[in-house]
Amino acid sequence: MSYDSRTELYQQVILEHNKNPRNYRKLEHANHTSEGYNPLCGDHLTVYLHVNKDDIIDDITFEGDGCAISRASSSMMTVALKGKTIKEAKELFRQFHLLVTGELNPEKDAHTLGKLSVFSGIWHFPARVKCASLAWHTMNGSLENVKTVSTE
Amino acid sequence: MKQKPFNVEDIRKSFPNLKVGVHEKPLVYLDNAATTFKPQSVINAVANHYKSGTSNVHRGVHTLSQQATAAFEDARNKVQGLLHARKPCEIIFTKGTTEGINLVASSYGQAFLRKGDEIVISEMEHHSNIVPWQMLCAAKGCILKIAPFNDQGELIREEFQKLLTPKTKLVSIVYISNSLGTINPIKEIIADAHKQGAIVLVDGAQTVGHLAVNVQDLDCDFLAFSGHKIFGPTGVGVLYGKESLLDQMPPYQGGGDMIASVTFEKTTYNVLPYKFEAGTPDVAGVIGMGAAVDYLQSIGLKNIERYEQELLNYGTKALNAISGLRLIGTAKNKTSILSFVLPDIHPHDVGTLLDEEGIAIRTGHHCTQPVMKHFNIPATSRASFAFYNTSAEIDQLAQAILKVKDVFR
Repeated sequence: MSYDSRTELYQQVILEHNKNPRNYRKLEHANHTSEGYNPLCGDHLTVYLHVNKDDIIDDITFEGDGCAISRASSSMMTVALKGKTIKEAKELFRQFHLLVTGELNPEKDAHTLGKLSVFSGIWHFPARVKCASLAWHTMNGSLENVKTVSTE
Repeated sequence: MKQKPFNVEDIRKSFPNLKVGVHEKPLVYLDNAATTFKPQSVINAVANHYKSGTSNVHRGVHTLSQQATAAFEDARNKVQGLLHARKPCEIIFTKGTTEGINLVASSYGQAFLRKGDEIVISEMEHHSNIVPWQMLCAAKGCILKIAPFNDQGELIREEFQKLLTPKTKLVSIVYISNSLGTINPIKEIIADAHKQGAIVLVDGAQTVGHLAVNVQDLDCDFLAFSGHKIFGPTGVGVLYGKESLLDQMPPYQGGGDMIASVTFEKTTYNVLPYKFEAGTPDVAGVIGMGAAVDYLQSIGLKNIERYEQELLNYGTKALNAISGLRLIGTAKNKTSILSFVLPDIHPHDVGTLLDEEGIAIRTGHHCTQPVMKHFNIPATSRASFAFYNTSAEIDQLAQAILKVKDVFR
């Protein structure tokens, strides 16, 4: 199989978020925090959320080391989830998981992923799926009050 | 064994795996520190065992069993020759380097180490030469001490010597670092340890097959390596040990082949090396490893070493010419392993983009997280060369790295 990663994996929007990640800072007043590890590659990030009394994520940030895919995915996740309810966040997590494992085709299947569908090509790169999903698993872990999330 | 003049093009013809394509491009395989390709003679030896020689070893009186046993023991003799060990019984077949280290930690460690005894390793060890000692220390109350390296990736000999005391019972140290390429002054290290009465295990995973190794000259007590890193099959390896030590050590695992006699009242153990080889071994794998040793001897370890040093020098120059690229591991005495980082580009992105160009390198922490911590980096990209690689392939690597930089411009 021939697959040109430069156009399909490293799309401009991913490269841009990697270079200028949004919401890249510690959130001092976070009330949900979780750390994510990929022990295989050493990637490590922390996701901070503030959820208000109406169950709305009114702020979400992240910090950590990772590749372009993991950094861009974290950045785009924070943008996508800010202002969403916990229920909506969980639904996006579900859809994103299906997307990166190749079970959701954004061209055909109904979804609310918006710009996140840029990660649709990643299932062609099995070794990199975890890079894209680490931030999401960590975010989900923080909502479940899991302190440390590992991809293994 | 008769050696032909070193000719890389001829050598490449012996390795069918070099001919495959990746993403419709010719494969450039630069991940030899992870595993090496197998020459046709090794593939044939394994295939022939299964095609016409399948049998268990050391058991049957029938023809195939006797042939398999002879081939299996012949492989032991070949490894003895490669390492210049005194006797074939000092060659124990294992699953690989990891099992060799675990065997010593478990058998020697359990029998001879006491509470308060000290074990010295280095900061550049592979996890497989850290974790077994941590487990032993936890079980026995021993103390693990770590000899540091400098920012070039060279072991600081004075610091290592300071750690050696009369309490030091065992030193376990890597000969060549898999993530830095550093060749440690192993003979001097062994002499230092022996002066304090400590025994020494050498992790030879990156050494055997690349340098000529003489265990008698080094005077190491144990040396472990893996078959698949010396152009042989996966799943087999070797633990060399001095006969006098192996004799005193209790068995590692119980089972068939390692016994002399079994009754419910008392079991007596087999002689060396069988005492440490419980269960049916990987017969085809060991025979394949024997063929790999023959292959190495036909090329000549001195020729391999000389050629791989040329590749190292060429590769070091080529990568140093790339602006911003930083080599991790710049020891004076190095083998053909080049670890590097690029500013603001994560090694995994480098690895994926190089793969698109048909170039296979390793990215990550290389199972040496303390080394990454020393340099305060999460990971490196690592190109590691074998004697079938060429300077043209190194040029392709350098070109592809420039392309990666362009994507992340």
